Amino acid sequence: MQDILNDMEQWRARGDEVALATVTWTSGSTPRATGAKMAINSRGEFVGSVSGGCVEGAVIDQARAVLKNGKPKLVSYGISDDMAWDVGLACGGSIKVFIEKV
Amino acid sequence: MSEFLNRISDNLRAEKIFAVATRIGGNENVGAHLFIYPDGSWENTLGDANLDAEVLRDALELMANERSETRAYGDTQVFIETYAPPPRLLIVGGVHTAIPLAQYAKILGFRVIVIDGRGRFATRERFPHADELLVEWPDDAIPHLPIDASTYVVILTHDPKFDIPTLKALSTTKPRYIGAMGSRETRRQHMDELRAQGVPDEFLNTVYGPVGLDLGGRSPEEMALAIIAQIVAVRYHRAGGHLMHVAAD
Repeated sequence: MQDILNDMEQWRARGDEVALATVTWTSGSTPRATGAKMAINSRGEFVGSVSGGCVEGAVIDQARAVLKNGKPKLVSYGISDDMAWDVGLACGGSIKVFIEKV
Repeated sequence: MSEFLNRISDNLRAEKIFAVATRIGGNENVGAHLFIYPDGSWENTLGDANLDAEVLRDALELMANERSETRAYGDTQVFIETYAPPPRLLIVGGVHTAIPLAQYAKILGFRVIVIDGRGRFATRERFPHADELLVEWPDDAIPHLPIDASTYVVILTHDPKFDIPTLKALSTTKPRYIGAMGSRETRRQHMDELRAQGVPDEFLNTVYGPVGLDLGGRSPEEMALAIIAQIVAVRYHRAGGHLMHVAAD
């Protein structure tokens, strides 16, 4: 949290809305542990991470939706279907990410 | 600045352990936060006094183990996250290897304190990244420093007239880790001397020396890497080998 807090404070100071995404549950092999965090602003800029880069794009989209309607959301990501190039974790684990406006 | 972020920020600045419980699933009050402190006090509410009480009890247990977890309370899921204060790295000796070591440790989130009795070594120019620079004799300073289970100490002075008093002063403290630079022969001589001065073997055997993991590098930057890697391995109770040679969890 400490590592992304400065950016979050700066974004808010300049008037941007900020969402916080937190890994609240993991199963199997996952790139980042429970508690990993990423912050996203209303311009779509982000700092921190919730995976090794596999689901950050999808989390940014979800976060912008959360900022629009103000409702927090719990999102799950599992094993990717590599034929379909779906959003997922290449490592074979699954995670849940809670996204809230802060 | 939101009230939530303000409270997180204030608590992080205090550098004391705390927990935040967030209602992440269920039908009501999703997104509500409860802040929990180790003395059993709390701020805010999850929207239900009974739930607050149950979560408080679980949070105190998770905090004691520095763990974070999602727990279910009937239909409601609550993520309880422990925010532990940053670990401290005390570097004794402002030598060349101490410079990259201080940088690596800062990147890894340590509070870095560099101590050297020689004013020419412990300068801000040499250690722009250190949180604290102490120009003091280590054996004078150590009794006044906060050395606890989240403190890691590395002795890099590599000179018996500093190393031996430093280790003696540390022998009555309980840091998580002590590493001391020097060859096996240096270590043997230091240990013999300290034993003769009455320092118990139970303490001497806990000192990592020669310091660092066996990475093979000899430059100050590579030695600093071997040291910080050893500290991370000790922190997480690992031996520090190749992952491919370790059985799955």
